[in-house]
Amino acid sequence: MTSSLSITSPETAHRPRLSWRTVLPYGFAAAVVGYAIAVGGYPATVVGFALIYAVFVIGLNLFMGFANQVSFGQNAFAAIGGYTSAVLTATYEWTPLPAMGVGMAAALVIAGLIGWPTLRLKGHYLAMGTLAIGLIVQEITVEWTSVTQGYMGLSGIPPMGAFGFEITSDRGQLIMLASVVAAATFLSARLKRSRMGRALSAVAGSEEAARALGIAVARYKLLAFLLSAALASLAGSLFVHVVGFVSPEVFGLHMVILTFTMLYVGGIGTIAGPVVGALIISLLPETFRGFKEYQDLAYGAALILMLIYAPKGLSALFSHRRRP
Amino acid sequence: MTRLVLENVTKRFGGLVAVDNVSFTVPEAGVTAVIGPNGAGKTTLFSLVSGFLTPTDGRVLFDGQDITGLAPEKISARGLVRTFQLVKLFEDLSTLENVKVGRHLHTKAGLFSAFLHTPAARREEREVEARARDLLSFVGLQHKADADASGLSYGQQRLLEMARALAADPRLVLLDEPAAGLNGEESEALSRIIRRIADNGTTVLLIEHDMTLVMNTADRVVVVDFGRKIAEGTPAEVRVNPAVIAAYLGSAATAKAAEQEKLNG
Repeated sequence: MTSSLSITSPETAHRPRLSWRTVLPYGFAAAVVGYAIAVGGYPATVVGFALIYAVFVIGLNLFMGFANQVSFGQNAFAAIGGYTSAVLTATYEWTPLPAMGVGMAAALVIAGLIGWPTLRLKGHYLAMGTLAIGLIVQEITVEWTSVTQGYMGLSGIPPMGAFGFEITSDRGQLIMLASVVAAATFLSARLKRSRMGRALSAVAGSEEAARALGIAVARYKLLAFLLSAALASLAGSLFVHVVGFVSPEVFGLHMVILTFTMLYVGGIGTIAGPVVGALIISLLPETFRGFKEYQDLAYGAALILMLIYAPKGLSALFSHRRRP
Repeated sequence: MTRLVLENVTKRFGGLVAVDNVSFTVPEAGVTAVIGPNGAGKTTLFSLVSGFLTPTDGRVLFDGQDITGLAPEKISARGLVRTFQLVKLFEDLSTLENVKVGRHLHTKAGLFSAFLHTPAARREEREVEARARDLLSFVGLQHKADADASGLSYGQQRLLEMARALAADPRLVLLDEPAAGLNGEESEALSRIIRRIADNGTTVLLIEHDMTLVMNTADRVVVVDFGRKIAEGTPAEVRVNPAVIAAYLGSAATAKAAEQEKLNG
């Protein structure tokens, strides 16, 4: 494609064309969710978990993809959201929505307390700090047994719902989760193309150049961190209401590794990446079930192949951006 | 009128004096160039003015106000914007979007207007878009608007960085070696663009190695060597100044001797 083509129509040139390439990742996601809604049962459970992870990874992407920072501790915010929802609804008989709101507020306060001092520092201080908060929150969920029941876990958490209406069916939950994921994806796309999103890209590209243009780098990092924590907390709450049970392992280090894989396989920094990554990584082990004892081997091989042939993630293969 | 005043600005890194008691003024009109051999302390001087380094001693006054030691984002908010010797583009963004970032200081849209696309936010975004396209045309990159910034040629990247700095409507723009890595033709085009920036009322202060560019573009030249100001004047005056000739010939002679030594060694 020659660059001279883009001169002709300045009115439309800046709008990315809605081609099959840009729509494909969303088409894939819609097809998978549609299939799961249609057949229900076990596929619906797998896709449901994938969508909950997608909410988390969309948040992770704001901080790690848009702003190019590193956090190993976003699982802490999922745990804060999840446990707040669980305790307030199961123990204190609140309804889910206010409990979720309190969980999110708590996650934001803690994220602010950690982020405000550490995001001013350059380098890996934040990554270290987040790793610590992940471990600390994990420890609290294990040890604070009077509230969390430790490894026994909390059960009897009611399903998501509002105004006396509860979403109990697999299909209903899937539709609810898909709507949340669609809304979060839509908002992150709007953010990316806004003044705020450009400032985050500037911070990601060069902190010095961003400051030279008047961008308060620390403030934008904190903003991305808070948004990321809010989505993590939302994902944690969704999880406990969908499953009805929570225990410390749910938000452990395993979650960090899994969601990082989802983010990188799907495409860090892209809009569709988190959803695509969450779905692929959740479905991949299932598709290799026929390999029996070689399942893990096949899964690992598939991951390696994806990282070789799509190093910027699967969604980046469908990017509309052209080389000059 | 005076745009920028440096008063006895000094920067020490431990025992090393990178900038030694430098004073000069930059008038509002025209192009002022800081020249000097490699390692003379020019870039350090720029970092001191733009807030990326804090002077050990001395003051920097911008439009009569003391900006010594202010954070870079505070200094750019006052209308003093710099570019970098090693181009620092935002690689995730297109050429046009890079310039749009330059409008940050003059726009307000926050998180909720991003999410809700309020009429005010859309109007602001249209203005940003129009301004960014104007600036791309100004530097001759309008045909690259939607290209990845990282895919531009080196010369184009330099022009893009300049357009981005201008998007912030600076009253003083600091250009750090804008002609580095450009060929003769590109350097000439750059010289014309710099003149036009100054003619449009933005004060230009630049660091440059390319003497042709300096002689063709600058109205005044400040010469530094070993962190000290050794001369100041019009390009014609500076060219014949014995101290300047010694500094340049001296460093050239030293370099040649070093090279000779390497060959022999």
